[in-house]
Amino acid sequence: MDVLHWDGTLSAKDFRIGAFAFAQKWESCNLAFPPWSWLPCPKHPWLAPPEEEGYLSLEKICISRPNEEEDIDQISQIDTGEEETCCSRNEDVLDDATLVQSNHHELHYCDFHIVYSSTFRVPVLYFRAYCSDGRPLPLDEIEKELPACASKELSKKWTFITQEIHN
Amino acid sequence: MEAPKFVWEGAIPLQIHLHESQVTTLPPPPPALILAPRIGYLPLLAPLIKPYFSSTLPPGVDTIWFDYNGLPLKWYIPTGVLFDLLCPEPERPWNITVHFRGYPGSVLIPCEGEDSVKWSFINSLKEAAYIMNGNCKNVMNMSQSDQLELWHSVMNGNLEAYQRVSSKLKLATVDDEYASLCLQKSQQSVIETDLPAQAKTGRVPVRLYVLSVSKDFDDLDEIPRVDSWEKISYINRPVEIRKEDKCFTLHDALKILLPELFLDESLMNVKLGGVDLEDAVRNSNEDVTSDKVVEDQGQNACKRPEACRISSSAEIKLIRIQGIEPKLEIPFSWVANNLLNPDYFLHVCVCVKVAQ
Repeated sequence: MDVLHWDGTLSAKDFRIGAFAFAQKWESCNLAFPPWSWLPCPKHPWLAPPEEEGYLSLEKICISRPNEEEDIDQISQIDTGEEETCCSRNEDVLDDATLVQSNHHELHYCDFHIVYSSTFRVPVLYFRAYCSDGRPLPLDEIEKELPACASKELSKKWTFITQEIHN
Repeated sequence: MEAPKFVWEGAIPLQIHLHESQVTTLPPPPPALILAPRIGYLPLLAPLIKPYFSSTLPPGVDTIWFDYNGLPLKWYIPTGVLFDLLCPEPERPWNITVHFRGYPGSVLIPCEGEDSVKWSFINSLKEAAYIMNGNCKNVMNMSQSDQLELWHSVMNGNLEAYQRVSSKLKLATVDDEYASLCLQKSQQSVIETDLPAQAKTGRVPVRLYVLSVSKDFDDLDEIPRVDSWEKISYINRPVEIRKEDKCFTLHDALKILLPELFLDESLMNVKLGGVDLEDAVRNSNEDVTSDKVVEDQGQNACKRPEACRISSSAEIKLIRIQGIEPKLEIPFSWVANNLLNPDYFLHVCVCVKVAQ
């Protein structure tokens, strides 16, 4: 790939290659976290999903209050990994934030999906945060949960997160 | 510019019933009769609906949501699209149930009133702009007042106000060779120099909703009620119009969006129930010859396209855009320029019968 002339977009095929590479790197760098799974996109209820069309999924991630420094290191590692294999839109970039247990001692969980957008031709990170009873977390609570370093770094790029569903 | 006017004036008569769990008075309140704009969104009707039921509601916080036959309705889908998708046999008035409590957070994404709907609309517009112009700078750089004016024009169904603001966005229109041909015929003196240079695009924003049914049917009212969103596939994918000698039709667009339904057209044709397909097939696929025979109970494939079917696969039974069932041979560029929603997306509902 000619990086100098690259416009930042990926083909669906390259997304799949990149996704697998990312998942492999994740597994080798993040021993504390479960691996990402590649799930085929079920396009229609009656059709077997094509192998080539899929997305990365990491679900029910809950981190009980850990050593904060450890998390920060892991986050920067994730950044380098991502840059090499993926290119995300600035508006919707969300660092793979570590969720810290809230003050109310209620466990919060998060599902992450990395999906290919045929509109923007880039990977998009979708996330869904919820309480242990399945109730979705409102946006302001999600923002509170981000580690301080991540919020600071992303405060410029992160003008808003968009609420959306994917296919 | 007639068609967009019809689209904006389109409305669905609703008969809205308050869910029994929320009725605290006897006798229960009668249903509210409301005419909902096709291009609008259900939560925006809250100010019209609440007065009907406010006296009977139990105390507490109001988060409005709707269901049709028990299926919670996704609030970010335009009302007209929901109707076309879930009511293949149009039900007039459309009987839906309103709730003010017990928001189904596991099925519906949160909606905090008009603001949520507005941002969902702006986000769609941004995506459409990116598809058509290659970037969404125009939407991102909209002034606050323009953004509000645009949103209010959608809420109020004011096409003139909408066009005033949306023209500032300079969104490319789909290159419509068919229309320009017609123009040349009807208007001898088309003063092209007076018109501002209009950017053209070959990419059309499309949102396709596919309802799959397992049993065949002759009448639309035989289609079973949708009891789960899992029966509906949502495909958000732009269609690239290919510039070829022949006209790019709606049929061609569907072939791109649902390739699995149009396997190998040189061997077989797709059956489209109730649609006169003969001309469309002849125009869109030169390779089909009358000599080829399909494995279809020995029937000759191409002389009678209605009889053709892909043996183990699916067939399209119905296509609806803005409540209309367009012919498949219609130029797709016309559809893209005239039947789009205010978010610049073409929302297409398709009913597919699958062989189980």
